[in-house]
Amino acid sequence: MSIKEIDRVLPATRGETTRTRQYRSAVKPKRWKRYEAMVVGTVAVTLFLVLWQGVAVANQTAKWMPALFLPSPSDTAEAFVKLFTDPRQNIWADLGTSGFEFATGYVAASILGLVMGIGMGWYTRVQYALDPFVNFLYATPRIVLVPLFIIWFGIDWQSKVAVIFLGALFPMIINTMAGVRNTDAALLRVARSFGAPEMLTFRRVVLPGAVPFILTGLRLGVGHALTGVVVAELVAARHGVGKLISDFGTTFQTPKMFAAVIFIAGTGVLLTWTLQRIENRFQTWRPQIKS
Amino acid sequence: MGASPAKLVARDIVVEYWLPRSEQLFTAVDGVDLEIESGEFVAIVGPSGCGKTTFLNAVDGLIPIADGSLTLDGVEIRAPGRDRAMVFQQPGLLPWRTVLGNIMFGVEAQGTMTKSEALQRAKQQIEVVGLQGFEDAYPLELSGGMQQRVNLARALLTDPEMLLLDEPFAALDAQTRELMQLELLRIWNRDRKTALFITHDIKEAIYLADRVIVFTKRPGRVKTEVDIDLPRPRGLRVKRDPKFVAYEDQIWDSIQEEIAAKPERLLAGTPG
Repeated sequence: MSIKEIDRVLPATRGETTRTRQYRSAVKPKRWKRYEAMVVGTVAVTLFLVLWQGVAVANQTAKWMPALFLPSPSDTAEAFVKLFTDPRQNIWADLGTSGFEFATGYVAASILGLVMGIGMGWYTRVQYALDPFVNFLYATPRIVLVPLFIIWFGIDWQSKVAVIFLGALFPMIINTMAGVRNTDAALLRVARSFGAPEMLTFRRVVLPGAVPFILTGLRLGVGHALTGVVVAELVAARHGVGKLISDFGTTFQTPKMFAAVIFIAGTGVLLTWTLQRIENRFQTWRPQIKS
Repeated sequence: MGASPAKLVARDIVVEYWLPRSEQLFTAVDGVDLEIESGEFVAIVGPSGCGKTTFLNAVDGLIPIADGSLTLDGVEIRAPGRDRAMVFQQPGLLPWRTVLGNIMFGVEAQGTMTKSEALQRAKQQIEVVGLQGFEDAYPLELSGGMQQRVNLARALLTDPEMLLLDEPFAALDAQTRELMQLELLRIWNRDRKTALFITHDIKEAIYLADRVIVFTKRPGRVKTEVDIDLPRPRGLRVKRDPKFVAYEDQIWDSIQEEIAAKPERLLAGTPG
């Protein structure tokens, strides 16, 4: 069903059977429609995997190009399992390093982003003062700062945390600020009319209303933080998933590289999905733009 | 008027807005002069954009007056205070709070009651406005009429000296509006608080009020006052009483004069 068809109601024709009539009815949705997105999505992904496997296997037999150009999905899956089971690989050390960097940078960015976003949203002067810095740093690709951070903080976790922190900070600031700014003017007038002190207005009216926006900031921050981990480690690192990918790449171990990339992508999808679910629960009171 | 001083005294009230776009001072209310007695229900009607809501906001203390004097019980009105409570045109309910939580918001903001006292009184107030069974519902689950009951209950819980109502039923459908008018009179009849009701609906004004004040077109001032001599309690049938219809004609004629008069200057998008 396309979006255009949603409101289409087919006219009833005299003499048709109940079954046909029900089929034509647009009122009662078909049961399978609930799973339509999932089914179509799964079919598409499966088709893609089958095609990929076919091309890769054909390549391996016909030798159009070296096999390491394109590992098949089954090779990748095999490498994935090996990655986690081979004791020589010691993946947990890399995961531990990356996880620690991610958690430290992300949590620090969330806290500071929340504080700065609230400050900039609530006090105009704070916004005026910080806007130039936020705009400048937000427009700067954080990647270009990696060499500088390595000079400042060395190639261990500190420089990675700095990159992750900067990546996650801005979505948090900008969304929190938007949430505070978007407070329904009618609600503020009600609070003022009942003589609510500023702190009470903030805690009971502004902050709860900003929650959906803050959650959006947290969700977008995940993506930026993950990018930060991998990119910072790609440039220079001793341990970490990014370092792993870099090593696999330079040693032509493409199946393992694919496996690691898929692992990172999966982590990102899982974290974003979890935060999206939490966000959806709060969607109902996101301030609506009234006409 | 009477021997005892009036509850609300407005003398030559002027309210001005600064319009940033045209960089001009805009006079919304120009010399409103009126008195409201204790326990009196007064309604203000007038052509749209005549400054009646602006005047009400000034009485609530939400906007400053440029000139004149405005006193409630002899005390100058400078800011919102505990002696007044507003029932807003838009319900203005916190979407993340239940009906009970929203009703308590007014007293919570004023800081006049302990939480347990507020909760207990809020539960009583729910009975008064007829929201039994909806204590734990969220505003989005309520109809427009029920949301306005919450809005009213929130104001009543603060036990104000004067109740200010800013077209609270304007956004409701015709049937709900009539029902809510009946309900409002039933609730008001319990303690007959001094009330100032803004509306553009002439019938609504006559039905509810002891006295209807007609505002001129912008800038608003008092054009006429009509004492409504209809017995209370009033049922909805009173709206077909010949006396009621006569009041309606009288007020409508007065407003029509205003609309027909040549507009001084029309500015788009200015607050009414």
